[in-house]
Amino acid sequence: MGNYELNKNLAQMLKGGVIMDVTNVEQAKIAEAAGACAVMALERVPSDIRKDGGVARMSDPQMIKAIKNAVSIPVMAKVRIGHFVEAQILEAIGIDYIDESEVLTPADDLYHVDKTAFKVPFVCGCRNLGEALRRIGEGASMIRTKGEAGTGNVVEAVRHMRQLNNDIHQVQAAPVEALMTIAKEMGAPYDLVKFVHENGKLPVVNFAAGGIATPADAALMMQLGCEGVFVGSGIFKSGDPAKRARAIVLATTYYNDPVKLAELSENLGEAMSGLEISKLENKYAERGW
Amino acid sequence: MNFMNLIFFVMKQIGILGFQGAIVEHERQIKAIGHEPVIVKYPEQLEEIDGIILPGGESTTMGKILNRTGLMEPLRGKIQGGLPVWGTCAGMILLAKELVNDSVTHLGVMDIAVRRNAYGSQIDSFATKKVIPEIDSKEIELVFIRAPYITKVKEGVKVLCELDGHIVAAEEKNMLVTSFHPELTDNTAFLKYFVSRI
Repeated sequence: MGNYELNKNLAQMLKGGVIMDVTNVEQAKIAEAAGACAVMALERVPSDIRKDGGVARMSDPQMIKAIKNAVSIPVMAKVRIGHFVEAQILEAIGIDYIDESEVLTPADDLYHVDKTAFKVPFVCGCRNLGEALRRIGEGASMIRTKGEAGTGNVVEAVRHMRQLNNDIHQVQAAPVEALMTIAKEMGAPYDLVKFVHENGKLPVVNFAAGGIATPADAALMMQLGCEGVFVGSGIFKSGDPAKRARAIVLATTYYNDPVKLAELSENLGEAMSGLEISKLENKYAERGW
Repeated sequence: MNFMNLIFFVMKQIGILGFQGAIVEHERQIKAIGHEPVIVKYPEQLEEIDGIILPGGESTTMGKILNRTGLMEPLRGKIQGGLPVWGTCAGMILLAKELVNDSVTHLGVMDIAVRRNAYGSQIDSFATKKVIPEIDSKEIELVFIRAPYITKVKEGVKVLCELDGHIVAAEEKNMLVTSFHPELTDNTAFLKYFVSRI
């Protein structure tokens, strides 16, 4: 079993779980205590990046190391799209997973990181099947639908998940002789298109991300077929982060149980305030290709 | 399969703790050898199963959900009452009476001391091959993902496999644990061994 298989296997262990954005040791501990299956260490949550503007970069390695020391669950961190040196730095400090993320300001407008050059696993965002397969072709061992980070608005996450599902069904139903044309039109590697045709799913784990703010949002994404969720600003920009975090963890496990979901949705305090997608200055999902 | 096995094959209901982690991988293997998987999320489901697998995933996540959903006590009671259980990776951590680098234990029913993330970060994850005579005469692929290992066992615990001086598989009465993930391979020998103990 090779390194890539092991990296895909780590993502399999995260399934059914919630990966939470945290900006310091205290938040990381709250996330772990709430039952997060991993944390994403970053200096600012996406909604603050959106508010502050400017160039968003990889976080300070010292801050990431402090979080790594504070929790026992896997720690992920973000690099800018195409910034392979930020990735080398994160690998050097022993990060468990790298997110090549559109939430940070892209460093390369043509190429994503060659992820096969790394031993550490990568997760990448996608809006559709072609984008997912391009990233997997570059070596990503986990995919997340992009959604629109920092908005507290789940509509884009839903749109990307539905698009991905539709694309997969289409490829699965297509005759074999159509696969090369599909590969050409999607801009995706032929062997991966063939895998999807034969298996009816992505060759790696897929989580939902971008705009999930409530237990119901998390359960919605799970019912749409994702295998776990990332929650960014939705937790620590809400009125009672610890309680909301616990509720989202349970909602991801009991996503098919409306009675339980009703219980979990009760009395959570204020959710993060949401943003209308049409009023956004920057759509992060449009970064990367 | 010989004729006698065919006659006496009894389909068993094998539970998989269904909170988080590598659940479908176990489900697939259980179906492949002709038994019925049950994804366990509610206490009453413990009554329908003949054995239970605690899958790989995050032990802290599963431990918290066990406590919050009221499944911790009934599951512990069932295991203490003899329900066959197999813990893979995080499942091993849930079963251990002692965790070397953690003050909180979970089910705490098996006389082993376990070190979490014993091999380091994800980049230290690895796979290797080994013969475990009790399980199969052929080599089995052992996949370690941010794996724990056993640092100490008490009397009554049988060591099934050691790797570089660390215990990575053991059994005690109705309890079986592995640091590695047989469910991530196509080899069902370990699962068959577990089912044979039911």
